[in-house]
Amino acid sequence: MMKTKLQHAWVLALALAAGAVQAQSPNDPFEKVNRAVFGFNEVLDSAVLTPVAKGYQAVVPELMRTGVANFFGNFGDGWSAINNLLQGKGEAAATMTMRVAANTLFGVGGIFDVASDLGMERQSEDFGQTLGRWGMPAGPYLVWPLLGPSTARDTLGRPLDLAWSPSLAINDSGVNVALSVLNLVDTRASLLSASRVIDGIALDKYTFIRDAYIARRRNLVYDGNPPELPEDNEPAPASPAPPAAPK
Amino acid sequence: MLSLKRTLAGLVMSVAAVTAMAQTTPDALIKQVSTDVIDTIKADKAIQAGDLGKIIALVDAKVMPHVNFQRMTASSLGRHWRTATPEQQKKLQDEFKTLLVRTYAGALTQVKDQTVQLKPLRAAAEDTEVVVRTEVKGKGEPIQLDYRLEKADAAWKIYDVNVLGVWLVEQYRGQFSQDIGSIGIDGLITKLADRNKSASKS
Repeated sequence: MMKTKLQHAWVLALALAAGAVQAQSPNDPFEKVNRAVFGFNEVLDSAVLTPVAKGYQAVVPELMRTGVANFFGNFGDGWSAINNLLQGKGEAAATMTMRVAANTLFGVGGIFDVASDLGMERQSEDFGQTLGRWGMPAGPYLVWPLLGPSTARDTLGRPLDLAWSPSLAINDSGVNVALSVLNLVDTRASLLSASRVIDGIALDKYTFIRDAYIARRRNLVYDGNPPELPEDNEPAPASPAPPAAPK
Repeated sequence: MLSLKRTLAGLVMSVAAVTAMAQTTPDALIKQVSTDVIDTIKADKAIQAGDLGKIIALVDAKVMPHVNFQRMTASSLGRHWRTATPEQQKKLQDEFKTLLVRTYAGALTQVKDQTVQLKPLRAAAEDTEVVVRTEVKGKGEPIQLDYRLEKADAAWKIYDVNVLGVWLVEQYRGQFSQDIGSIGIDGLITKLADRNKSASKS
């Protein structure tokens, strides 16, 4: 009896501390911590990354930026080829391998994307998707400092995705750091218009990005054709939280 | 083998042609509207320069007649829709529409060399609700863009859109229920209206 009362008081205190009573999402048991990290990332993004990305976009000509994106894309394509293979997608693995070969040989080390002009379409796959394809559930939503939105499953896949970088081929740590920074800035620059859209349509940016991330990753695991989720017209009441639906 | 494929393709095309003559199919409608919008943008220098007012007018004229916006809003509100008064429903619908059209128009200013390709429609002739799947092809990886349509009277109307795997209605169901839980329906209407007002100023 006493214990339940204490629990209630505890829950109430937490809710008050959060500023507003928010419907708990079954996908996001660590919302409080995640929100704090998200806030940190937002500050860092608006103070450093976005201005740098805007400067990069203003100073570097589009042709060169495309070359940079192609160079890193070509590296990523190799990793996609392996992940396609791990997922049993032989045809996609073959196409992606041919893309890397064509772009490395005829696209001057991947700076030009000649493979796309030849009709070899990019079919990206990362290790988080491979784990999903193998049947691993997404697990709780997690926000990491700098790296941003993730899930337990994607957190397992991410180190391998990150390890697959030009540093595998280049033996100079200075060059590798410079390339990593360039990759980061180039990626952020390519997302500038997308983040303007999200700022315009999100009512709560944190939950908007969370829900979109989870839906998007699920969609990617099923290659754009996920099975329908059960219709959920009755959102969770303030308390108690309903049991998590298996996803 | 090849000739069999050709025969089949020919057969499919002639069937498609016959149904198109009978009435507009949902995928034909999506194709027509997408092509129309993209072609208009490509031909209009003011739109490419970012004239938002002109794009909003374009969306209102060419896209909105094919959208059942009431259903889109009602589904996004979920169970809260029924608890709202008719007046609240109308305000929600108007503000939500302004928010989405403005954003959609903003995204359309980015259209340069894109084309829209339809994926094969998997639906029976008697279906009244279908999903039309498309891909926007431009530079880089194609962008998944799907539509849910319903047949109302003789016309097909869009009631949900999927961008890169995220369905709009499902996305806003989370957003709306969170706000209604904390600030209520009137609070949500005020929030949407404020958002639209500040967006139209900048």
